[in-house]
Amino acid sequence: MIKVQALRKSFGANEVLKDINVTIKPQEVVVVIGPSGSGKSTFLRCINLLETITAGHILIEGKDITDKQTDINKIRAEVGMVFQHFNLFPHKTVLENIVLAPLKVKKVDKDQAREKALSLLKKVGLEEKANVYPDSLSGGQKQRVAIARALAMEPKIMLFDEPTSALDPEMVGEVLEVMKQLAREGMTMVVVTHEMGFAREVGDRVLFMDGGYIVEENIPKHLFESPQQERTKAFLSKVL
Amino acid sequence: MDFRFDIIMEYAPYLLKGTLITIGLSLAGIVIGTILGLFIGLGKMMRNKYLAFPFTVYITVFRGTPLLVQVLLIHFGVVPFFIGETHAVAATIIALSLNAAAYIAEIFRAGIASIDRGQMEGARSLGLSHVQSMRHIILPQAFKRMIPPLGNEFIVLIKDSSLASVIAAPELMYWGRAMSSQYFRTWEPYLTAAVIYLILTLLLSILLHSLERRLATE
Repeated sequence: MIKVQALRKSFGANEVLKDINVTIKPQEVVVVIGPSGSGKSTFLRCINLLETITAGHILIEGKDITDKQTDINKIRAEVGMVFQHFNLFPHKTVLENIVLAPLKVKKVDKDQAREKALSLLKKVGLEEKANVYPDSLSGGQKQRVAIARALAMEPKIMLFDEPTSALDPEMVGEVLEVMKQLAREGMTMVVVTHEMGFAREVGDRVLFMDGGYIVEENIPKHLFESPQQERTKAFLSKVL
Repeated sequence: MDFRFDIIMEYAPYLLKGTLITIGLSLAGIVIGTILGLFIGLGKMMRNKYLAFPFTVYITVFRGTPLLVQVLLIHFGVVPFFIGETHAVAATIIALSLNAAAYIAEIFRAGIASIDRGQMEGARSLGLSHVQSMRHIILPQAFKRMIPPLGNEFIVLIKDSSLASVIAAPELMYWGRAMSSQYFRTWEPYLTAAVIYLILTLLLSILLHSLERRLATE
């Protein structure tokens, strides 16, 4: 579904990603872990071209998104993204946040968009918040709205960029619960996170990144219990 | 000291007419200046430095020279060059608009730059184009933050329109000065003019405050 080939990304002279190669299968949940500065967020942001790629290719369902001919807005409409800081639109109500892209990008009919938004809000347990502004929500609620907003575009893939890192500890659970449900429903997901419990429980595969490389990848059980690389061992000994 | 209300009453029709022209000049300056300012502000924000450069020059020149000088240049130079004769009202509107546009351009630029980068990323990640993201996400939020500085600029503009009296545009200050020179009086004409300007700027502040409250979320 996603094929990343020899991906490189530099910010000026600073090379953040050095030769990343990964294939992500449909319905797979891939969790990316690693120390900060390892390039894991940049890697995720490259998948929907929020960062311009320095070299290499990313294919989504066979389409090379790095090709200049590709309509990037179309790709992004099919790749949902959830950010660490939610990035909800504060001047729009929760409902307006969710229906905006379906209305403007997919040109969905108004009633249909509204109905879909309400059913998504119900799914994330916030149907009573449809008409409030994001500022009146807690962090966990904001992130659940952000997930609903991304889902409203009916994406084929969901990217999560440290979705629980900006939350108070007691709100992490409610967001992870929604993500677990999504995984159970068969959504293809790439999740950058520091939640090792989530990686272990939900991940089909865990990538450990450090210094711009994927140092090690394996199913969670093997990666967490018998890491092969020294750097993986060192990292895990600090976080587990 | 006697205060001659009778000469104020005598001049009342002229002062009223002058006030209406002051309002007209200011409104024209606000509308044209805001539209021009938006384009100049966006122009200055262009990534291509060469394309952005003329806009930077424009802002520097109009903010860096006195409005009175601009009024005189436009009245005695620019307008006659194009239409062959002077036209005080047109010259005032042009000078006020061009001058305000430079300040408003900076207000727009600062307003847009103050919106968190995540807002653009959030919008783009949903598949909205750059233009759609600007229109639906960035500009509405930026506009809300621009109201207080824009209000300041509009108030300055109302007051600065009094400079048009030196080129004999028949606005409020022109009639104030006419009244002063006819009767050799200071307090009556200038205090009356001051009070009228104060009323105009107060009304504008109240209007902007209610707009600000209407746009409040939460």
